Amino acid sequence: MLNILRLLTFALAVAAPASAQQADAPIQKVLQEHGDIISKSSRRTIGPAIDALADSGLPAAREVLNRWQAKQMWRNEETGLYVFAEEVDSDTLRIFDVADGMEIGTAPDDDYDQLKPNSGIRGMIGAALVRFQLTDPDPAMRLQALETIARDAEAAHLQTLRGAIETEQDKAIAAAMVRLERLLTIQFAEDDADRIKAIESFAGDLGVDVRATLNPLVRTRLETADAVPETKDVARVLSPASDALPREDAYDLLVSADLAKPRISREDKRAALVANLENGAVAGVQVATLDTEAARDIAYAVLAQQGKVEPVATEAEIDATLDKFVFFERYIAAPPAVALAAASALKSIENKVAVNQGLDLGLDALSLASIYFLAAIGLAITFGVMRVINMAHGEFIMMGAYTGYVVQQIVPDYTLSIIIALPLAFAVTFGAGVAMERLVIRWLYHRPLETLLATFGISIALQQIAKNIFGTQARPLTSPDWLDGSLIINDIVSISYIRIAIFVLALLFLGLILLVMNRTRLGLEVRAVTQNPRMAASMGINPDRINMLTFGFGSGIAGIAGVAIGLYAKVTSEMGSDYIVQSFMTVVVGGVGNIWGTLLGATLVGTLQKGIEFLNPSNTLAAQTYMILFIILFIQFRPRGIIALKGRAAEA
Amino acid sequence: MSETSLTGSHTRTPLALRFPSVLIFLAVLGLFTLGVTILSEGFGIGVISTSFVKTLGKTLCLCLVALAMDLVWGYCGILSLGHMAFFGLGGYAIGMWLMYERTRLIVVDSLVASELPPTAQEISDGIATQIFGVVGASEFPPVWAFAHSLPIQLAFVVLIPGLFALIFGWLAFRSRVTGVYLSILTQAMTLALSLYLFQNDSGLRGNNGLSGLQNLPSLDAVPQATVSLWFFWGSAFALGAGYLLCAWIVSGKFGSVIRAIRDDEARVRFLGYPVDAFKLFIFTLTAVIAGIAGALYYPQAGIINPTEIAPIASIYLAVWVAIGGRGRLYGAVIGAAFVSLLSTWFTGGQAPDINLGFYTIQWVNWWTVLLGLSFVAVTLFAPKGLGGLVDLIVDRTSPNRHGADLGPDPGALREKEAEK
Repeated sequence: MLNILRLLTFALAVAAPASAQQADAPIQKVLQEHGDIISKSSRRTIGPAIDALADSGLPAAREVLNRWQAKQMWRNEETGLYVFAEEVDSDTLRIFDVADGMEIGTAPDDDYDQLKPNSGIRGMIGAALVRFQLTDPDPAMRLQALETIARDAEAAHLQTLRGAIETEQDKAIAAAMVRLERLLTIQFAEDDADRIKAIESFAGDLGVDVRATLNPLVRTRLETADAVPETKDVARVLSPASDALPREDAYDLLVSADLAKPRISREDKRAALVANLENGAVAGVQVATLDTEAARDIAYAVLAQQGKVEPVATEAEIDATLDKFVFFERYIAAPPAVALAAASALKSIENKVAVNQGLDLGLDALSLASIYFLAAIGLAITFGVMRVINMAHGEFIMMGAYTGYVVQQIVPDYTLSIIIALPLAFAVTFGAGVAMERLVIRWLYHRPLETLLATFGISIALQQIAKNIFGTQARPLTSPDWLDGSLIINDIVSISYIRIAIFVLALLFLGLILLVMNRTRLGLEVRAVTQNPRMAASMGINPDRINMLTFGFGSGIAGIAGVAIGLYAKVTSEMGSDYIVQSFMTVVVGGVGNIWGTLLGATLVGTLQKGIEFLNPSNTLAAQTYMILFIILFIQFRPRGIIALKGRAAEA
Repeated sequence: MSETSLTGSHTRTPLALRFPSVLIFLAVLGLFTLGVTILSEGFGIGVISTSFVKTLGKTLCLCLVALAMDLVWGYCGILSLGHMAFFGLGGYAIGMWLMYERTRLIVVDSLVASELPPTAQEISDGIATQIFGVVGASEFPPVWAFAHSLPIQLAFVVLIPGLFALIFGWLAFRSRVTGVYLSILTQAMTLALSLYLFQNDSGLRGNNGLSGLQNLPSLDAVPQATVSLWFFWGSAFALGAGYLLCAWIVSGKFGSVIRAIRDDEARVRFLGYPVDAFKLFIFTLTAVIAGIAGALYYPQAGIINPTEIAPIASIYLAVWVAIGGRGRLYGAVIGAAFVSLLSTWFTGGQAPDINLGFYTIQWVNWWTVLLGLSFVAVTLFAPKGLGGLVDLIVDRTSPNRHGADLGPDPGALREKEAEK
């Protein structure tokens, strides 16, 4: 029995290599047909072989291309047949049939030559493989293929893609394919009409890929001639010495086209003069007199006459030459009709982009406005309602932010720590506000200038104490995970969740304060005390208590605003002073004593600042400068702010 | 003021006799200047180091700007939080010439050795590269158009702060912005100015500011010990002259009007005085004084940058005047000198630290806290400031019956007496 088995094994081992190889399988035939160029393995000549494999429609073709790309194809030296092979050890191969991938057996590798496609060929094989991937049953694979094509598209992909669209079932993928097909059409289609149609279909599309496709089409070259040609491919005519075409560049173009004499820079001229210095004189001109450009020009001209230096154009000659020529840009990357269509599509995209940027700017402005509103709303109570100038308000914001920081040091969970920090910050700054009111401000109620000074004193003391405790470096206040990231509306418009949260918080505060001031006993008493403390007192209201509570309330809100601002910016001991002037501006611009006014003021200040920043994006400092100037001017025309109180309340 | 007679044939008593404090102040200032000169390294026995002479000179300039602050705040009731900005503008105006001229000399020196004599353009390019290389520019911004001319820049020391104050004041006073609103507005102006100067393309070297101002062009041979004394004398003279000017302004009818504006602006307006014009005049004049003080201060400090203009500087100015005692000229001078010297002493690390066992109070860190809190205390408990101490002595001898000496709130001395 054992003997029989051994015999069988031996018979199989001997018989397998030769008998299992299907020499006449269709795929093997295709390979054999192009055997020479496959073995030559040169990037320039390999094309037909790959195409023949890919176009053969054989089920095995894809596997063959895959293996070939992975350097797993070998060729039998004697028969010239191709096989797949894996190295078992350094001398032995396990070989498989190219037709069905069945194992044939092992063989010594001396009989086989490995195909070693270089990276160029592997790339070509990869491109050919894409068509198989496009029809792969796995949707992820198909999407990946689309990405591959989008990354480096080729003319050949267009046809493949069109074929794949017809069979695609998944709607999302089909849409992506159609979009990519139109992009490829723009780039590679033979017929200009097709290209133009595809281009026009993208008018107003915000995708970055569209702009990346269209921009190369409108590439131009600067050319010059005696007159502007009447052809359609002239993109635009430029005049020299404009922003688009500096005078020097225009002239250099003429020089490089051999249409004009070269010009010379001041430094080169100087160097040429120095090179021809002889006995304290250049071309007979005394060196001491060469201290003006005019004198140097003359000396250089003399040198040029003597043939010692190249003659160059003088400024007047340059102007005269430039007058003789026109400069224009010519489309070079595409036929004029296509280029024009691309230009107009880009124009419409630009318009749409501008609209969306405006929208984005609006969102930015809104979020900045809500930050200013948060910073200012506490002031709207202490300054707006009570008319107490609290210059330490910014430091209350800072105290709130540091409270949040300390809580985060103790409670590691960010969500929980924010939930704890908000009321705690309110409590801390409420306490600080009440203490300040009791100790300092109530002695100064009728001396506003001195309130301002005393609170300044407190402000610098608090700032320095914070610096002594927490150091000068910025401390982070980390937002919880669910506030990370941003809400992306399209490629241009997006807003981070943290800004949305701040906006919502600002709205909540607006509601809360309106509620407290207009609908509660406390609010009623606050308004009574503000209007006429003596009358309020005779009605049984305790003005001292009300003042204390109101001031504490305003300060407490500053503390909460501090936590919110800390999430958005870093926590430093100086963060309060960054906001204090803007906060007062917000309240003054909006109209003192009116919470809606503060909202309007914050909106105006925020929008204005973002608007100015947009006009001059590199420079936020300038934006702040101009914004403050604007506010100073604004107060000229509406000294009492946007919403001015009228009647008796205004006199209080 | 006291003996105005309707016949008009009276002779006025000299200012100094009507206000002995002026005479005393000038005498003290003169003695102080003489004393420092004798003790200095430059001209005397070398007890006081050059750097301390500079500190004293700078302090005199701060006293001058405090004087201006007192005039505008203590007498006219305008709490301006922008006078240190005018001070800085004066410094920038003179600093531009100092820096231009010194760089020009260096550039010309370096070009002398070259083969061809330099053209005007080459010199100008060289200076611009030297000065503006640090902010990545190599051309002169338009604001430097007159930097080559000392007389024009000296005129700018007066004109720029003056014009600035004139325009700002005109806008603010005509729209009746008063009290704390005006303070906030001036603070905003200061902030805007400092933010503007912080930009690199403001043309004034951004946050690098102007530096090397202590080296006077073409006076390299003169030792700093001598230069420091020159500036010390200049500052002392300016302070003396400024004190006289301010005393003269507040002494006459004009002074009465501005004090009245401080005490009750509406009433003065209804009496028919052009309140806005009075305020504008005082605001602009004090801005000019501040500019001059700045122009004397920064060559001694050697460097000016936008931080010096930041709102906090103007707040400290108000602190000095409040601690010294506003509404009296010598109060401002005492306050500025006292607080700024004390501040130098504390922040310079010379003050001994206090060891509490569990914590050591390092004055470098805690001085600002002490200053802030003592400022609160002064505002609450001693509105007259240090100058109030003088009253304790003077009140004992003879009451001053010239109207209006005067802390801000209790009103005129006469009213106080009437209340008794």
